[in-house]
Amino acid sequence: MPISSGLSIQDISKSFPGVQALQNITFDVPAGTVHALCGENGAGKSTLLKILAGVHAATTGVITIDGKPHAPQTPADALKSGIGVIYQELHLVDELSVAENLFLGSLPSKSGIVDKAKLAADTKAALARIKLDVRPETRLGDLSLAQRQMVEIAKALVRDARVVAFDEPTSSLSAREADTLFDRIAELRAAGKVVLYVSHRMDEIKRICDGATVFRDGQHVVTYSSLENVSIDQLVKDMVGRDITDIYGYTPRTAGDVLLEHEGVTVRAGEIVGLFGLVGAGRSELLHRIYAEPRKCIQNGIVLCPEDRKHEGIIPMGSVAENINLSIRRVYAGLGGIWINDAKEKANAEKQVAAMRVKTPSLTQEIRNLSGGNQQKAILGRWLSEDIKVMLLDEPTRGIDVGAKREIYDILYRLAADGIGILMVSSELPEVLGTCDRVYVMRNNRISAEFSRSEATPERCLAAALPSAEDSQ
Amino acid sequence: MKRLLEKGGMGLVCVIMILLCAIFVPHFASTNNITALLMSISTIGMVACTMMLCLAAGDFDLSIGSTLALAGVVSAIVINATGNIFLAVVIPLALGAFIGSVNGIVIAQFQINPLIATLAMQQVVRGAALLITKGSSIGISNEAFGGLGKAKLLIPVGVPPLSLQSPVWVMAIIFVVFGIILNRTTFGRNTLAVGGNKEAARLAGISVTKTKIGIFLLQGMVAALAGVLAASRVSSGQPNAAQGLELQAISGCVLGGVSLTGGIARIQGVVVGVLIMGILQNAMSLQNIDAFWQLVTSGGVLLVAVLLDRWKNRA
Repeated sequence: MPISSGLSIQDISKSFPGVQALQNITFDVPAGTVHALCGENGAGKSTLLKILAGVHAATTGVITIDGKPHAPQTPADALKSGIGVIYQELHLVDELSVAENLFLGSLPSKSGIVDKAKLAADTKAALARIKLDVRPETRLGDLSLAQRQMVEIAKALVRDARVVAFDEPTSSLSAREADTLFDRIAELRAAGKVVLYVSHRMDEIKRICDGATVFRDGQHVVTYSSLENVSIDQLVKDMVGRDITDIYGYTPRTAGDVLLEHEGVTVRAGEIVGLFGLVGAGRSELLHRIYAEPRKCIQNGIVLCPEDRKHEGIIPMGSVAENINLSIRRVYAGLGGIWINDAKEKANAEKQVAAMRVKTPSLTQEIRNLSGGNQQKAILGRWLSEDIKVMLLDEPTRGIDVGAKREIYDILYRLAADGIGILMVSSELPEVLGTCDRVYVMRNNRISAEFSRSEATPERCLAAALPSAEDSQ
Repeated sequence: MKRLLEKGGMGLVCVIMILLCAIFVPHFASTNNITALLMSISTIGMVACTMMLCLAAGDFDLSIGSTLALAGVVSAIVINATGNIFLAVVIPLALGAFIGSVNGIVIAQFQINPLIATLAMQQVVRGAALLITKGSSIGISNEAFGGLGKAKLLIPVGVPPLSLQSPVWVMAIIFVVFGIILNRTTFGRNTLAVGGNKEAARLAGISVTKTKIGIFLLQGMVAALAGVLAASRVSSGQPNAAQGLELQAISGCVLGGVSLTGGIARIQGVVVGVLIMGILQNAMSLQNIDAFWQLVTSGGVLLVAVLLDRWKNRA
């Protein structure tokens, strides 16, 4: 029986050609609760969100909202029947004002002319609901990412959404911005909305969610109506189908000679050094300053795995082999670096795919068709083709599921064991504390602290990362 | 259908067109007509090869028609002044390379939008060609120079035998050379990488600037070569030559599946794209269809091709 107040998913299946993305999913989310959707990448969370949002139509099954059937044909339908989805990549127009974005597609008008007075008044009311203090006429692109996300939430509320779904909302937010977001989510709950929350960050789920549903390979694993007695370990176990008690698997290492020294950051042979800080603390910028001249750095054995795989890492339409050989081919190439050496390139691609355990149907597969974790492994393979001394990594496990994360860590440990120095930027404190031998903390574009593994506690790292009074002088 | 299109579908379209024309269009399959058809696509074919690299890198070049005209004019002036064929070839080529490099530097180093940069260059170069000729064409009397573009290679097939004029085999050589450049050299692969993802290519140690300047330099040189051959063939340097050539070259590439956003290009596709355009024009001429209609049709075909491309690339 569908519940009369809230969201009810009954027997939903979705198949794409050759893939069963969702199989007979059934669960309820009562109104006035925050419900997590958990699962590794490809488990089916996003597919479910897309069905709710009218992007895909379910193959079978029924969805009801407050007892009324919900079967949107288009995203516009879904919006009208009360679903607001806040995607990781926001669907807003940077060049328009906040007000125009809020009412995009439904601007108040009198015989075709926009009613500016009403627009401004409605916008003020909508912004007040989410406590966002910006002027309605501000150009959206001038807002911070966190503020834009708030605009997206307001946009859902303006359309009187009954269900508000968040897809990895905190992945680009600082801790403080995330706290603000959580406050707004709590208010949505208090207002009796159904809130769906997709995140890879288990601590957040524990903190803000009432219940959770776990997916694995398109199947429903379990639904918890309360998370009070459910541990993070239990959720992770549900997600991966096996025990991962320690996803980091750290073993002590000994560091060798200094390989890199830059702006007070040193990296020694065979050690993994963390670079922690809030978003905007200048960590990526520091890595890019070290890696200012890519070609020269590569020749000196320093390489960078960038943060944004899609925009800075992969050549999307290139094959897996192409992406792996992108840099090393200059060494293989004959006639003074001009003539491609197919045999060596193929051998190297095979070797790296095997060593990195890149899951791909073939070497000629376009890399954009691989999962994020496998793309990241291919990029690691690109750099391990080179004779490297230092590897700079920027958020190497962002958007990657738990199982693949561990594989990446294991690769990093292997590199360290081979005497390579690793400098890793991460926003996830547990990851930094779990994998690194030494930690630098950045604040306001400067190194604010350095801790050995034994000194590095969450409290100390956070204290060093948070802005203090002296910064604002 | 989608798979078919991906697996060289345009090649299939081209073959079907040839068969249909051979059956239904009188004189189409005659050796004289094939000679004329190949001749008619030679200029576009040459510049389409470099345009392919340009598009593959995510740019395009609107100045090649003007470059061709200026190169022809300069070639005519040099041959008339010196009588030296070597100089009449090398000086225009160097000029083309210079124009191309300026394009490349402006676009790659100064990050100017290629549309604006090459549109400006198109006008500057065309203006220069008109200036130095005072707007009229310059006749060439040197017979040996005329031989460059008129030399024929007879192939004993059909009656009369198929005769390939020098622009046709130059085009064939350029197709082969650029096929090799694209597929077999680091420069070609880097071009695709730059067009596929500029930032990723840069972080992987590829010099985006050098790659782009190289592409535009080649583009200018090939356009100039086409200009020299054209001047030789018609025995004059014409400042108004080859207007709109750039758009025809882009059309040929796009018909051949080269991505306008960069990263995807195949030389076989470009050959097929250029052939399709040539066959279409040729068949319509043989049927005595008004030249204005021909323009409408080639535009329509391009539109259909890009729509097909979009449809094909949808998830």
